[in-house]
Amino acid sequence: MSKNRNNSDDDIIEVPKTLLNVSNISISFFQYTQGLRKTVLNVVEDLDLDVHEGEIVAILGSSGSGKSLLAHAILGILPGNSLLKGEMIYDGKILDQKLKEELRGDEISLIPQSVDSLDPLMKVGGQVIGDIEDEKEREEKRKEMIKIFKNYDLREDVIDLYPFQLSGGMARRVLFSTSMINDPKLIIADEPTPGLDEKSLEETLNYLKIMANEGKGVILITHDIQAAVKVSDKIAIFYSGYVIEINETKNFSGNGDKLLHPYTRALYKALPQNGFQLFEGTQPMNIDIQDKCIYYDRCSQSVEKCGHSNPDLVEVDDGIKIRCHVVRKI
Amino acid sequence: MVELKANKIGFRYGGTKKWILKNLSISLKDNQVKGLIGESGGGKSTLCKILAGYEGNFEGELKIDKLNTNDSKFNQVQLIFQHPERTMNPKWKMKQSLDESWEVSDDILEKFGIKKSWLNRWPNELSGGELQRFSIIRALNPKTKFLIADEITTMLDAVTQVQIWKLLLSMAKERKIGILVVSHDKELVNEICDEVVYLDDINHDIKYNL
Repeated sequence: MSKNRNNSDDDIIEVPKTLLNVSNISISFFQYTQGLRKTVLNVVEDLDLDVHEGEIVAILGSSGSGKSLLAHAILGILPGNSLLKGEMIYDGKILDQKLKEELRGDEISLIPQSVDSLDPLMKVGGQVIGDIEDEKEREEKRKEMIKIFKNYDLREDVIDLYPFQLSGGMARRVLFSTSMINDPKLIIADEPTPGLDEKSLEETLNYLKIMANEGKGVILITHDIQAAVKVSDKIAIFYSGYVIEINETKNFSGNGDKLLHPYTRALYKALPQNGFQLFEGTQPMNIDIQDKCIYYDRCSQSVEKCGHSNPDLVEVDDGIKIRCHVVRKI
Repeated sequence: MVELKANKIGFRYGGTKKWILKNLSISLKDNQVKGLIGESGGGKSTLCKILAGYEGNFEGELKIDKLNTNDSKFNQVQLIFQHPERTMNPKWKMKQSLDESWEVSDDILEKFGIKKSWLNRWPNELSGGELQRFSIIRALNPKTKFLIADEITTMLDAVTQVQIWKLLLSMAKERKIGILVVSHDKELVNEICDEVVYLDDINHDIKYNL
């Protein structure tokens, strides 16, 4: 785990393997407006992200900021009118559409946002195992499922229940089991904690921790900064389709002075326990932004340059990145 | 001073024997911001619907002291939901949704950070945070006396959450509107409320068995 990295010369330095490397990803949509006029809507721009084994990377952004699209891009399930640019490398191989289709639900799995994703007409067991024709294989999967159910505090008889017979918490645990059945290496959890009370939230985050402790890479997509801080190793902040900062989670502490981007600081200081401070303005739609920094209209530290060019995401320390003309070092 | 009072409320769904709320009493004054904390599935949203008059099938008594209730066309207890996208008519542009409630001045729109161009958009063309601003303004009709805010900023990022609450609180103070803040975020509730109650404590006849 990156947290436990030991840099002393005498010890063996164990660098965790990079599972997924995303660079320069852009996602845009074609839309027809007013008859046959075609417009392009850029939703995600210039996205860079690394996920290592045993690491939880949180992607933090407000609703509608396009963060779920990243999950869809990695799984290869973007809609037909979209255009994906950039490069993704998974486990040393270029992750193209063919490989995505091969890996999804297998080495790469998704924990969907809502328990509504369960098929209401199918018993839980069948949904977790999936469609397997070979009887021997199915029996093996069944044994595997029972083992996984135990890890997620589900009784064996849940297998024969329909989703409507489950409580909200049980349904969520079934979704987690479903994502684990094929022993994935990379797990994408898309907003797994929407509106949960404290107890359920802790439980859900704990399951993600267990996955990371087993050596799996976890991408946690969320708008909830408190959930991200509780469980992740690294947090990427999304703003109007751009990643504006990637920082280690341990820096989201104290008075937040180790945070780099002004928006990240605003986000941190807006929490009730950190002052409940007010910052004016709204996130611009990506379409509204032309040649200036995306945070220009709200920024109090801006210089002349910020008004006519959008900065690149630059690495300022090992794994720590920032998109800002003014803040360039820790 | 006007007060919303719910006395010995009991509720169970039709045809079932299990009580969700039992013997529950709660009150809200028009100059008060009161927090209500409870677990998911504990009946918070049901209580909200009862207080706002959306759910009529309950036991007990719901009344508003010293309020002239001759105006039957407008509900002076307004409920704001967690998911604004489910409360807007998808066939109406935003302007029409607002106009249905009251004529909002440009000044207030600006205060809530609503751009004039948004008025001509459809609900699906706005983000959750933008829509929630509309649903709050819509509930702030001059006749509104009480707001029941059921997890209204749960889906929003922390910066937007502060913006919305600060505005709402200052406006409520100005107009003497009482707010019931329903949430499971203890930090938030402690920050903005004068008084906090726990659903478990006021719904003590029910023992949870989830």
